[in-house]
Amino acid sequence: MTVTRPIYLDYQSTTPCDPRVLKMMLPYFSEEFGNPHSRSHAYGWKAEEAVEHARKQVAAILHANPREVIFTSGATESNNLALKGVAHFYKDKKNHIVTCATEHKCVLDSCRHLEQEGFKVTYLPVKPNGILDLAELKKAITEQTALVSIMAVNNEIGVIQPLAEIGKITRERGVFFHTDAAQAVGKIPLDVNEMNIDLLSLSAHKIYGPKGIGVLYVRRKPRVRLAALINGGGQERGMRSGTLSTPLCVGLGEACALAQKEMRAEAIRIEALRDRFYETLRVNLEEIYLNGDAKQRIPGNLNISFAHVEGEGLMMGIKELALSSGSACTSASLEPSYVLRALGVDEEMAHTSLRIGFGRFTNEEDVDHAAKLIIKEVNRLRDMSPLWEMSRQGIDIKSIQWAEH
Amino acid sequence: MAYSEKVIDHYENPRNVGALDAKDDAVGTGLVGAPACGDVMKLQIKVNDRGIIEDAKFKAFGCGSAIASSSLVTEWLKGKSLNEAVEIKNTAIAQHLSLPPVKIHCSMLAEDAIRAAIRDYKEKHQSTK
Repeated sequence: MTVTRPIYLDYQSTTPCDPRVLKMMLPYFSEEFGNPHSRSHAYGWKAEEAVEHARKQVAAILHANPREVIFTSGATESNNLALKGVAHFYKDKKNHIVTCATEHKCVLDSCRHLEQEGFKVTYLPVKPNGILDLAELKKAITEQTALVSIMAVNNEIGVIQPLAEIGKITRERGVFFHTDAAQAVGKIPLDVNEMNIDLLSLSAHKIYGPKGIGVLYVRRKPRVRLAALINGGGQERGMRSGTLSTPLCVGLGEACALAQKEMRAEAIRIEALRDRFYETLRVNLEEIYLNGDAKQRIPGNLNISFAHVEGEGLMMGIKELALSSGSACTSASLEPSYVLRALGVDEEMAHTSLRIGFGRFTNEEDVDHAAKLIIKEVNRLRDMSPLWEMSRQGIDIKSIQWAEH
Repeated sequence: MAYSEKVIDHYENPRNVGALDAKDDAVGTGLVGAPACGDVMKLQIKVNDRGIIEDAKFKAFGCGSAIASSSLVTEWLKGKSLNEAVEIKNTAIAQHLSLPPVKIHCSMLAEDAIRAAIRDYKEKHQSTK
């Protein structure tokens, strides 16, 4: 029996490690096993050389100095380190952080922890297209603000925040600017100097590298100082102790080098696939709505509400596709996506959304097959949906007194 | 999350999907749940002069477990008297479909739908008499 795997359309969740990346990593698990921090013999020197080469590759995609690159375990750790590290180091002078309601959970949760310690946090709203309102940002910054943390690209809806404009504001006001760029690296051009970014988080597994490694970029001029979260041997300029994993560093470096080299061509190819997919849906289905700005968005993301069809129910019918839903029917809370809610999407519409992610290994055959399956299943479930029936009869669903449970 | 075989069967081959004429005196309609919570069930029963449910139809907006719960109760309702129908409990639905704890609310909603449909039928008959 041959088991065919589902078509992978969840590239914002994670990406497969590129075979070219894996090939570069392999020798560092076995022959070149040295500790990159060992200074007294050739094993260590070889490993150190590989790690420093990787650091240069990461710096290059950000237009940063390699000495500003701090290896971590991933973007979650990088975000924790940026927020808590800056807040703790500058706590005697400043006690305020500005972030955004649609940030990744690890940023929001770090902020909650800082609030419990007594820091003040402002959670900026977003416009209905998911983009930050710069006027709101300007208003939120005070004399007490230590850090502004705004994600580069949203993980659910793929919208791109105006990084250069935010950086201009924070630089003028003398406030550090951190951006969670886990979904942005390799998708859009980034330049920490042009954009006045002071701290930037990234993760290898979102860019066809290995899981378990990321980076926090920390600016040297003007210098950003951090209180470390992990103490020990003082590696990574004292900001993140612990022996580096040479193969993981090499994998991240290679993933960055490939992303930098291929980004432009890859973006054009993926955008064409995405547009072909979305157009097929639009021609064949009524009442589908794109969540998040249509233009200011990375090529590989769609987030669509299929009115009157519940997302989890829909996913069950398209088992041949691996993707995720904005409905959180499995969680005990029954609450749909907080990102969609922050855009002002109705709860009922948030329950009908799917996130569809396209990437390096997606092809035309995949998207055509996926579109066909989704159209068939949405039609089947709409025929079964009491809400679809009512909307066809012209009944306004909002006019009904529902018993919320 | 893995669904049980019975849930998958009802989801893929739902029984008695459709609508009965809500204006017909012999029909009771129950509409329960809320779009904002991600589950809505519409259950309709058609009762004959001997007080027996001779037909049942449903439509559902929700996850696989919600669709399966409502599909299952339409099967169970047919041939039952109103007094027997009201005895169908969510625990029996959940057990039959092997629903995991996070999906118990789907079976509770199906029980609510039965009660709502019976109530609607009875109200119609009180007002016509």
